[in-house]
Amino acid sequence: MDFDLTEDQRLLKESVDRLVADQYSFAQRKTYATETQGWSPKMWAQFAEMGLLGLPFSEAQGGFGGGPVETMIVMETFGRGLVLEPYFATVILGGGLLRRAGSASLQASLVPQVISGRLKLAFAHVERQSRYNMADVSTTAKADAAGYVLNGAKSVVMHGDCADKIFVTARVSGERRDRDGVGLFLVDANAAGLTRRGYPTQDGLRAGEITLAGVRAEEILSDNALAVIEHVIDEAIAALCAEAVGTMQVMHDTTLDYLKTRKQFGRTIGSFQVLQHRSVDMLVALEQARSMAMFAAVMASEENPIERKRSIAAAKVQIGRSGKHIGQEAIQLHGGIGMTQEYSVGHSFKRMTMIEQLYGSADDHLAVLARLGGLFNKAKAA
Amino acid sequence: MDLSFTDEELAFRTEARRFFTTEVPASIRAKVAEGEGLTKEDMVTSQRILNARNWATVNWPVSCGGQDWSPVQVYLYQDEMQLAHVPAPIGFNVSMVGPVIAQFGSQAHKDYFLPKTANADIWWCQGFSEPGSGSDLASLRTKAERKGDKYIVNGQKTWTTLAQHADWIFCLVRTDTTVKQQEGISFLLIDMKTPGITVRPIVTIDGGREVNEVFFDNVEVPVENLVGQENKGWDYAKFLLGNERTGIARVGMSKAKVIRIKELAALEFAGERPLIEDPRFQEKLAAVEIELKALEMTQLRVVADERKLEKGRQNPASSILKLKGSVIQQQLTELLMEVVGPYVMPYQRDFDGNNEPIVGPEYATEAAPMYFNYRKVSIYGGSNEIQHNIIAKAILGL
Repeated sequence: MDFDLTEDQRLLKESVDRLVADQYSFAQRKTYATETQGWSPKMWAQFAEMGLLGLPFSEAQGGFGGGPVETMIVMETFGRGLVLEPYFATVILGGGLLRRAGSASLQASLVPQVISGRLKLAFAHVERQSRYNMADVSTTAKADAAGYVLNGAKSVVMHGDCADKIFVTARVSGERRDRDGVGLFLVDANAAGLTRRGYPTQDGLRAGEITLAGVRAEEILSDNALAVIEHVIDEAIAALCAEAVGTMQVMHDTTLDYLKTRKQFGRTIGSFQVLQHRSVDMLVALEQARSMAMFAAVMASEENPIERKRSIAAAKVQIGRSGKHIGQEAIQLHGGIGMTQEYSVGHSFKRMTMIEQLYGSADDHLAVLARLGGLFNKAKAA
Repeated sequence: MDLSFTDEELAFRTEARRFFTTEVPASIRAKVAEGEGLTKEDMVTSQRILNARNWATVNWPVSCGGQDWSPVQVYLYQDEMQLAHVPAPIGFNVSMVGPVIAQFGSQAHKDYFLPKTANADIWWCQGFSEPGSGSDLASLRTKAERKGDKYIVNGQKTWTTLAQHADWIFCLVRTDTTVKQQEGISFLLIDMKTPGITVRPIVTIDGGREVNEVFFDNVEVPVENLVGQENKGWDYAKFLLGNERTGIARVGMSKAKVIRIKELAALEFAGERPLIEDPRFQEKLAAVEIELKALEMTQLRVVADERKLEKGRQNPASSILKLKGSVIQQQLTELLMEVVGPYVMPYQRDFDGNNEPIVGPEYATEAAPMYFNYRKVSIYGGSNEIQHNIIAKAILGL
């Protein structure tokens, strides 16, 4: 048992840390956000150059050959910088689906394009009515002689506005919430019948609403795709947990700096015991979250879906609880300055708040874990 | 990053499990599982079984009878011991005074005290807190005046756990009133049979007789019972309190409690179905389990890091172990009480001379007393508020 990084992982961490430290200051991020797409194509090209876009793909495919730990390293640092680029959508979600569900020929044609930065992906799954029920899919896929035709609408597709190709879930058979009968398809963003409306999200990232009216789609998994999709989503949640830890770390550090410099009543406010104790509670929340993000990274590749689900759900609960606590306290301890757009801490708070909504809130995951019987049971402990 | 154990570590875990579950009497372990009080004899018996294979004092220096184990082995040892409901070796002996004597005691101290301390032939109690010195321990006033080859000790200690069993007490006493508080304290070993010592029980809210007041009235203590140097006692006390960093989280004990709660919740009913199937109850328990899992991971991070840290430096994560561990232990006693339901109410602890047959299920009797008793966990060993102060200063630099 050890928590050490391998030599390769250390090098990866150093280079991503340096990238964010040098090129993703709060001021630089602000300029990236003003670019046409809401993020920086120059940074995207740099991610490609550094090999970050090939992180989850095998070396044989020209990728980095990374697993959940490498993802954790990159996402934690991205969480510190509040990175705007469509990395989560393209590499974590899109790359995950490509890797786990794509045929060899599809991978051979698309993976090199993702790695080089030419192809951006998105995953259109959630619908207006589905909330966090992953089986709740009412978009339909009808087979005809030429393949499949999709009809329906997808909600809040992260970076769906800029993606070149979009993975879409659609029901091939069964009723709205049936676990069976959900298929996975790939559509071209410019396909006839596909309309999308892009918009900024609360945290300064981008998303889109996607409408499908008789869209021709490439079949990836025509039936019972849910098990694979859930594994990819679990991996994505582990990645979000790591991102959240980076964001929490920054909020904690920023608040601590502020307590040490801000003076009122003739002394630094960090000398007041009530604020000292509250920042200790922030530290506790941060370390507990970090522990669970590591746990999630280790468990993300677990093949037993029940064991994996328990662990990922537990991590998402911890991240949600810790993140809300640290975020709210960070704003409160800063006072008025924390409320302003021009100060960084509020932006971290907003990103943290949106992560809580992605793929299930703390309460949803707590209910999942409770139904699965919790984490500690006789057979496991004995 | 690899969270699996090596084959050697797994083999060690298997052997620890076999040892704890087969060689420590089931009758003693059942009492721990039920939260029943242990007799002095239970605790001594259990410690002697551990000591027979040199497993009572694993944290001591090897030269003094400790084990040269890796931090992971120590973690597995504690985890398995707690999961098997084996009583921990007497903390005052093994975690507190033993390491102090091993580190700072004279050769004569080591030769005389350490073997008896390891084998529970001597039962130690701790004379630190005083009525006027709780969180502000350094303000203590029990004084020891040097008269020839003796100290004359006068004063009062309080919250002295299990002093009624104790053969000896290790005390912080004031030997100099003219210097800064911390610089006038000495660490003294006192035989409880010495004339002038009176022990009076303090009954706690659960009805328990765990803690006592200890009065010293012109108690004569030979000067050779001083540990280390005169007026350096505060340093030894800090060494003692900083000694047990990872065990304090009691993760193994809490895991065992979660499993116990689930077993009992399967026996109790909430309407039509067993309580364990009630979604509200499931969620409450799951929420604590998540905190516990996170704490276990945090503890493993601290354990893994101990190998690399130079002596004296602390992993920031270690400081949260006591804070979080204590709260989790308390939450679990609360849940246990909730499981039991109405039969939490009858008060039927036998040390009040109660010989009546038990009312309600046997497992219900200790639920409320344990809940009341466990409020102590966030108070002793430096209250959680003091822990906040320490972390704010030492880790956050505030």
